[in-house]
Amino acid sequence: MPEAMHEERIHPLEKLDIREKRELLRKVAIVGVDESDEIGIVPHKSALQMHAEAARNALADAGIDKSEVDALLTCSAGVMSTVQLAEYLGIIPTYTDTTMTGGSSFAIQLEHAALAIAAGVCKVAVITHGQRGHSDRGRGRPAFDPWAPAAQFEAPYYMGGAAGQYALACMRHMHEYGTTHEQLAEIAVATRKWAMLNPKAMMREPLTIEDVLSSRWVVYPFHLYDCCLVTDAGGAVVLTSAERARDCRKPPVWVLGAATSHTHLTLTGMPDLTQTPARYSGPRAMAMAGIRHEDIDVVEVYDSFTYTVLVTLEELGFCGKGEGGPFVSGQRTAPGGDFPLNTNGGGLSYTHPGMYGIFPIIEAVRQLRGECGQRQVPGAKLALVNATGGTLSATGTLVLGAD
Amino acid sequence: MAQSRSYAKPVPEPSPETRFFWEKCRQHELWLPYCPRCQRFFWYPRDFCPRCFAWDVEWRRASGRGRVYTFAIHYRAFHPAWEAEVPYVTAIVELEEGVRLYTALVEVEPEPGKVRCDMPVEVVFEDVDERTSLPKFRPLPEDAHA
Repeated sequence: MPEAMHEERIHPLEKLDIREKRELLRKVAIVGVDESDEIGIVPHKSALQMHAEAARNALADAGIDKSEVDALLTCSAGVMSTVQLAEYLGIIPTYTDTTMTGGSSFAIQLEHAALAIAAGVCKVAVITHGQRGHSDRGRGRPAFDPWAPAAQFEAPYYMGGAAGQYALACMRHMHEYGTTHEQLAEIAVATRKWAMLNPKAMMREPLTIEDVLSSRWVVYPFHLYDCCLVTDAGGAVVLTSAERARDCRKPPVWVLGAATSHTHLTLTGMPDLTQTPARYSGPRAMAMAGIRHEDIDVVEVYDSFTYTVLVTLEELGFCGKGEGGPFVSGQRTAPGGDFPLNTNGGGLSYTHPGMYGIFPIIEAVRQLRGECGQRQVPGAKLALVNATGGTLSATGTLVLGAD
Repeated sequence: MAQSRSYAKPVPEPSPETRFFWEKCRQHELWLPYCPRCQRFFWYPRDFCPRCFAWDVEWRRASGRGRVYTFAIHYRAFHPAWEAEVPYVTAIVELEEGVRLYTALVEVEPEPGKVRCDMPVEVVFEDVDERTSLPKFRPLPEDAHA
């Protein structure tokens, strides 16, 4: 039943005229990216401070003054996030977007910002994030509608983080496809090798498959090192028109494809536990960009858990369904492998403040500009970003390119 | 399975669409929403069928039997109410009626290898306070679905 229901929901989306959208996106460029001044464990800064630092740093990266910003996009500054942030930063925007899809929000906001700029609604858009995932632990959770489906049908059995939910999805994948703990560990180890090349990464000690497999269970089937970090961090991305981009400090990074999908919020409503909506947003973004998998030089995929990466690679079509385990084996995604993946060290080893989706965008842009030093993928011209939010609920896929 | 008044976990607050379900649970009966037009059960309870959007849906009693679709063994409590229970097992059970319920397993050994996907289970109700009984599931003999 859930699958059939799902097909009916998706088909209208597939009818989008992707050629028309492709032409719109070509009028837009990403011109600035950066993190907040400090990322990692930052108890002495508020979330808003991290938003502001990241915005200032990304605008400086672009060579654009704050006075030019007329569009704000964020979802991590309270219930009326952009309204709060605009007040705090001293900006009166003409375009505002608080799209909240969990960790994928910023990739989806990027699609919205790009289309708004292309339509002439605004000229300079700033997407920001700031979150104290580490330092706000124990400071209480936001109020929860007691009538919400999750409050009635999940909370009586489990209250906690994403780990307990993703574990249920991963277990079904292991059961159906024979995915192993060793294959999941390959991802944690390869990602750590990238982190060791990134001075901003939190975890830079060597990690082996054996270390992962002998680490404690957090929630079976996840070992400790299958799970992302919990940090404090901010990040920002600046977009503008292709025309304005010519006068920016750095070469433009083009938005070649951008697509969104979501299939459920709760696991109770998840159509198939071994799938993610990347199976819909991925092909649409790639068709928009007019590219094939083999054209892509570097891939940045949200890694809340090792499993998130494995299933997302399948859903994006880099390998067949159920073949994610063999695909990542042999340290193929590590530095020197033939599939550079999560080159900043990811949420597993670089930073993960709770919603990570802005950071893979930042890394993809840096790779396409050739700014990544030791971890630079030589000659990277085409990057794919896939951000996932909720419980494998909502995805934003972006195809980004350099000239 | 009566519980003391000190039950500290979240207790479901029935909403207009789910009150019937929770009342039946209190009587230790499992009822599910059913769409006569689709001739299918659906989950969770709504006034309409999320597939065909028909609003003339009805309640039907379920067998209470199913299989473990997936499970997780929790070694760490993220909420103080579960601290005394770790390790404990959450699961999604696929009922014979075709819908999947998020739940917990009882009467199982919370160890990898002792809990399996596809193991047959049946509903058991845990009385957590004066008005609430939570459906949980316990293993059935392997040939229960023959």
